[in-house]
Amino acid sequence: MANFSKSHVPQFSVEVYQNAFLPEGGREVNAIVTVTSTGGGTTGGIPLADAAPSSAPGAGQGPGAAVVLMVDCSGSMDYPPTKMRNARDATAAAIDTLREGTRFAVVAGTHVAKDVYPGNGRLAVAGAQTKAQAKEALRKLSAGGGTAIGTWLRLADRLLNSAEVSIRHGILLTDGRNEHESPEDLRAALDSCAGRFTCDARGVGTDWEVKEVTGIAAALLGTADIVADPSGLAADFTRMMENAMGKEVADVALRLWTPVGVEIRFVKQVAPTVADLTARRTEANARAGDYPTGSWGDESRDYHVCVVVPEAGIGQEMLAARVSLILPDPSGAGTPQTLSQGLVRAVWTDDMVASTSINPQVAHYTGQAELAQVIQQGLDARKSGDFDGATAKLGRAVQLASASGNQDTAKLLSKVVDVVDAATGTVRLKAKVAEADEMTLETRSTKTVRVKK
Amino acid sequence: MKMSQSQQQPALSKCPGCEEPPAAGDLFCGACGYDLSAVPARPDDRPTVAITVPPAAPEAPAAPPARAAEAVRWPAAPETDSSDVPAPVHRPSDLPGTDSGGRPLAEQEREQAQQREQAQEPGVAAERGAPVGPGPGAEPVGGPEPSAAAVRHDDRAAPAAAEHPGDFALAAPDPRTAEHSAAPAAPAAPPAGGQVCVACRSGRVDPDGYCENCGHAQPRERDHMEQELDAVAAVSDRGLRHHRNEDSFAVSSTALPDGSPAVVAIVCDGVSSASRPDEASAAAANAANESLLDSLARGTHPQQAMHEAIVAASEAVNALAQEPAGAMEHDAHRHQNAPACTLVGAVMAGELLIVGWVGDSRVYWVPQDRTQPTARLTEDDSWAAQMVAAGLMNEAEAYADERAHAITGWLGADAYELEPHTAAFKPDRPGLVVVCTDGLWNYAESAEEMAAAVPADAQEHPLRGAQVLVGHALDGGGHDNVTVALLPFAVRSQGAGSGCETV
Repeated sequence: MANFSKSHVPQFSVEVYQNAFLPEGGREVNAIVTVTSTGGGTTGGIPLADAAPSSAPGAGQGPGAAVVLMVDCSGSMDYPPTKMRNARDATAAAIDTLREGTRFAVVAGTHVAKDVYPGNGRLAVAGAQTKAQAKEALRKLSAGGGTAIGTWLRLADRLLNSAEVSIRHGILLTDGRNEHESPEDLRAALDSCAGRFTCDARGVGTDWEVKEVTGIAAALLGTADIVADPSGLAADFTRMMENAMGKEVADVALRLWTPVGVEIRFVKQVAPTVADLTARRTEANARAGDYPTGSWGDESRDYHVCVVVPEAGIGQEMLAARVSLILPDPSGAGTPQTLSQGLVRAVWTDDMVASTSINPQVAHYTGQAELAQVIQQGLDARKSGDFDGATAKLGRAVQLASASGNQDTAKLLSKVVDVVDAATGTVRLKAKVAEADEMTLETRSTKTVRVKK
Repeated sequence: MKMSQSQQQPALSKCPGCEEPPAAGDLFCGACGYDLSAVPARPDDRPTVAITVPPAAPEAPAAPPARAAEAVRWPAAPETDSSDVPAPVHRPSDLPGTDSGGRPLAEQEREQAQQREQAQEPGVAAERGAPVGPGPGAEPVGGPEPSAAAVRHDDRAAPAAAEHPGDFALAAPDPRTAEHSAAPAAPAAPPAGGQVCVACRSGRVDPDGYCENCGHAQPRERDHMEQELDAVAAVSDRGLRHHRNEDSFAVSSTALPDGSPAVVAIVCDGVSSASRPDEASAAAANAANESLLDSLARGTHPQQAMHEAIVAASEAVNALAQEPAGAMEHDAHRHQNAPACTLVGAVMAGELLIVGWVGDSRVYWVPQDRTQPTARLTEDDSWAAQMVAAGLMNEAEAYADERAHAITGWLGADAYELEPHTAAFKPDRPGLVVVCTDGLWNYAESAEEMAAAVPADAQEHPLRGAQVLVGHALDGGGHDNVTVALLPFAVRSQGAGSGCETV
């Protein structure tokens, strides 16, 4: 259970894991950047020396938060009828988890979006009475209509931005494909919402499209998951809401400064899940760009930064990148606040032992990123009937998951393939695979494990 | 900058044949069958008078205080020595120096130099009364330069450097050139906040020392350091292949209780396979220097003072291991080892020349009259020296091995056991004491090569001499950090005229 009496924004620390040594002519620099935010609440609340945003509403009482729950009410939710009932129960459980004073609303989503509670484009303030009223309103929800998720998100955006709060979060539940609007409409809705609120997305049952749900979560910097059995919804919704209530600071960006002549190969989040942020860059100034990371509670995430530096002679040293966590000035005018920073260096040496060793963190996450990729490619190949390709890719995935100790992914893989030898990646595709198992593997393929230290 | 075999304890913890770690008590290597009993744990009979020389060595009655060094735990300022003989404060002139056999130096001053050259046969060296040429290293000095020296000693570069003191040519274009010529006689100016980058000449320098435009690291104060006192000068340089200077030095002068001068030079070389080697070398050099100044002024015998100084330096380096690394930087290649460094020091006090060391940094003696024999005064704590001393390899084989430069003794929290070596000499003629790291002696290994690299006027102009020696190493490739301190030694007792030798 989250601690709801948090009173401080977290303290951020940045740690850089890399082998800075390059051989003569070496140009590629890899670093794993571990960002940890602590001190906000559960760790005891050591106040930040200078990082407390002066504008944080109600400083000392925790940041103001607003949450919108988007519940799929399309006709398919009645097949079987337990799906709608479970969705109602889950939403009720999530409402029970709301911290007192949090702004919230419930949106019923079909081919149109309707804010069923409190209604009229407003947000309610969580309290015993409003929670009871919201649950009463849930009872009136019934299934019927189509699915146009873009409209749900746009309504959630309007509702969330009607309040002066620092944390804005959505929780979206769907059971079907986004059939009543074009993919372009959904894309446009996501683009307009990105950076304005974060959103977790859940698919219930097995009739939904994995790439749609994971795409929503990726664009809105939230989590995606499958709830194959509707009876598991309540527990999952409670967990999601607790997580949302634990967020202390929003709109944190990873700022990457690079010197002249340095090319950025990629910037990826690699833990807890793989998410490529390279294309999400917004230029901050001539040498620096910002990558969005969303909102943070007490948590730790890892990023893999890969840059290509200009060649330099043996004995030279340069700063290849400076990684900092920044909080934009809430007014939008002032300079952003730097929460913490770390340095990625390049040092050219003729010591072959130094320059050829690979940092264990870099090696680990390079493997985890490949694991996510080969699972995706393997499942795609399987769907398209390329069974040889699927066997090769999923075999490699088994090998990587086994070598890195990614037990959860290994377990999911074993429901799709028969493992002959994990060490060599020898597998056979299972003749019969439950749809839920395949979707679970695909949805959770990006989950990584951290390197053993 | 050097590599240590941190897991290799001075007692061979690796089979010399295959590098497998032998199990305790093994007589033969379990992997290759190498006869481990043939490998002595450590050569403990040293060519130089080490503080820990075995008691079996004959004790010279004339020098009890020096022998008192055998007590392993030294009190700070003992009232009595280990045999309860009052050991009051000594002036250096009260004490004859001792040779490696514990005999007074006066008996064999002439042979002193040659004896040092026979370091490879330590047990025998002490017994020798006359110079015996054990190998090329002890060939007559007045003769032609050894061929190796002729190759390394660039005829063009060295005289040029002598003609333009302080502006020796670097072998490769280097952004630090500007620093070298701008401030030849003072530590290079640290980059100021608003300074322009030396690499791209357009960006300004960030507070963390990198260019805000091109990212290049800026010259640091330690990249090139020079210091000159009346009777000692030292120069330290990053070299051409390493990204930072992990060497350090300290030079100073003080007065003994009788008012006579004493000169101190300490040179340290950080172990680059450990963490924060630059901090280790600086801490060690400073601690040893402070300790020497303190104890010399109190009247402690210089040899004991040197021993105490090495212990003090060791404690200073050990203390670093308890401090967390400053930067939030995780470098798997380095971060597991405690900070460590070598140390070599020389003290001139009256007629005495005291040297002390741990590791493979060295002291050479280069007489002013170059027809006289020249000598190396220290014996490396290195794999190669250990192999040679154990008779397992000849010098050429040992130094050709890739493990040659792995050191077997160092200062640092993970050092197996601190064994400070000290030796006392009583030179009978003026000469130059060269205190240096392997960044220099890699390019002038034998005493003759070193003497050939030292410019003729170094006795009078030690700073210029040190600059020329650093230039010699840079011309040779500058593969390591280079540090050298020069102490001109003048002899007072050889007639009225010799006093003017003092620089």
